[in-house]
Amino acid sequence: MEKKNQAVVTVVGNDTIGIIAKVSAVLAAHDANILDISQTVLSGMFNMIMIVDISLSEFASLSAALTKLGAEIGLEIRIQRSEIFDAMHRI
Amino acid sequence: MINTSEILQTVHMITEEKLDIRTITMGISLYSCITDDAKQLYQRIYDRITHQAEHLVSVGEALECEFGIPIVNKRISVSPASLISAACGDPIIVARAMDDAAKATGVNFIGGYTALVQKGLTESDRRLIASLPEALSTTERVCASVNVASTRAGIDMDAVRLCGEAIKEIAERTKDTDASGCMKLVVFSNAVEDNPFMAGAFHGPGEGECCINVGISGPGVVKRALEKEAKDAPFDVVAETIKRTAFKITRVGQLIAREASTRLGVPFGIVDLSLAPTPAMGDSVAHILEEMGLEVCGCAGTTAALALLNDAVKKGGVMASSQVGGLSGAFIPVSEDIGMINAARSGALCIEKLEAMTCVCSVGLDMIAVPGDTSAATISAIIADEAAIGMVNSKTTAVRLIPAPGKKVGDEVEFGGLFGRAPIMRVSPYSSERFIARGGRIPAPLQSLKN
Repeated sequence: MEKKNQAVVTVVGNDTIGIIAKVSAVLAAHDANILDISQTVLSGMFNMIMIVDISLSEFASLSAALTKLGAEIGLEIRIQRSEIFDAMHRI
Repeated sequence: MINTSEILQTVHMITEEKLDIRTITMGISLYSCITDDAKQLYQRIYDRITHQAEHLVSVGEALECEFGIPIVNKRISVSPASLISAACGDPIIVARAMDDAAKATGVNFIGGYTALVQKGLTESDRRLIASLPEALSTTERVCASVNVASTRAGIDMDAVRLCGEAIKEIAERTKDTDASGCMKLVVFSNAVEDNPFMAGAFHGPGEGECCINVGISGPGVVKRALEKEAKDAPFDVVAETIKRTAFKITRVGQLIAREASTRLGVPFGIVDLSLAPTPAMGDSVAHILEEMGLEVCGCAGTTAALALLNDAVKKGGVMASSQVGGLSGAFIPVSEDIGMINAARSGALCIEKLEAMTCVCSVGLDMIAVPGDTSAATISAIIADEAAIGMVNSKTTAVRLIPAPGKKVGDEVEFGGLFGRAPIMRVSPYSSERFIARGGRIPAPLQSLKN
């Protein structure tokens, strides 16, 4: 099976201005290409899921940069390889 | 394409419901190290382990980072030390080499200080059992196990007696830390060769050079699923919900096992479908049983609830992995499960009930603290009872008792971390002395004659 090299970024927390811009900037700086974004704000809670192509990225440093950004703007930001979601929800 | 709610469900399982991979355990054969020269034996074992497991911890950490799921323990299991030390004659050398290699590779435990004596004791087995107090009180990360019974061979009552005496001696030697040495010794019936969980892990004689075994966890996920999807529903719904959840958890275990095996260049062994609790809130097997409608774990109905849970976990998990093995079932270690701790503290859960529970779930009387004045014969007799359950039911059972010196019923011992804390439980005050003094073998039951 070919390796997909896709990851899922999830961002959860209080809504503020410019979240997508900041997250996208970190992704761009680490050569991660955004394939899909879905985002909702439910009673002030910001929820975003991004599918990104990480073929050109160095995972550990990208992950560390997103965690650092999350701490700075008070949001929980996680990045996980997409295989874990496929494994759990698809046969 | 995976949808939003599925992604959030997975993230929620990991962040809120404490889904984790409990352990990646590398099994390493030490047969190539055997020599009668003590110095060389130490060096060969040390080199073999540190070479083979050099990247185990770093690969484990990379997988945690990339898949976003905690891998709580990275561990090593090795061939039974009684076999490896037979030529040299001094098993302690093996314990030292294992401990030093564990520290060098950064794993928190290494299992395999083991003797398989279900049918009889070799001289080397005797030496190993006699050395258990020294080995477990002077090393930090070495875990030991002794298999004293099997369905095929019966129960070796001489070994049972020796193990009871060894446990008392270990408790005495580690009394400053509430007999913490006893946490590192498991006495088995029908021990499995590919168990990734400590303290009972060893790399069985039938295994290959090296393999990766993965133990999953996730009691919190199962409990939450029951709350959401099976509130007060009939048991068929409960069983289906557990199966579905176990499937998802196991698929993650399978993924991590495959990745670890590829990256380390070592064959994938098995995924162990176990529900392993921790003392953290929301990570308890007892709470799953209570969610099924029991006021407190240990009350009437507990054994039936556990039987359902254990079976549904296996049925759900077995489809999700290409190779299932190890212990595979629900664990009920008292000190490592907040629900069990509370039940034992309140008196709702006693050793006799736990013994009944071990008939229908994985493993046995695990992490149970008993009064410090419990005699070696009583401990041996408890081992014999548990071994009999395993022998007759063709399943693995085990005993990990902690006779904490100076402690009585009503006291508690604190082990810290994943080991938790244990209220001292009452044991029968009546003597088993004459029973244990007999020695010899309890013959294998009729169900051993399958051919």
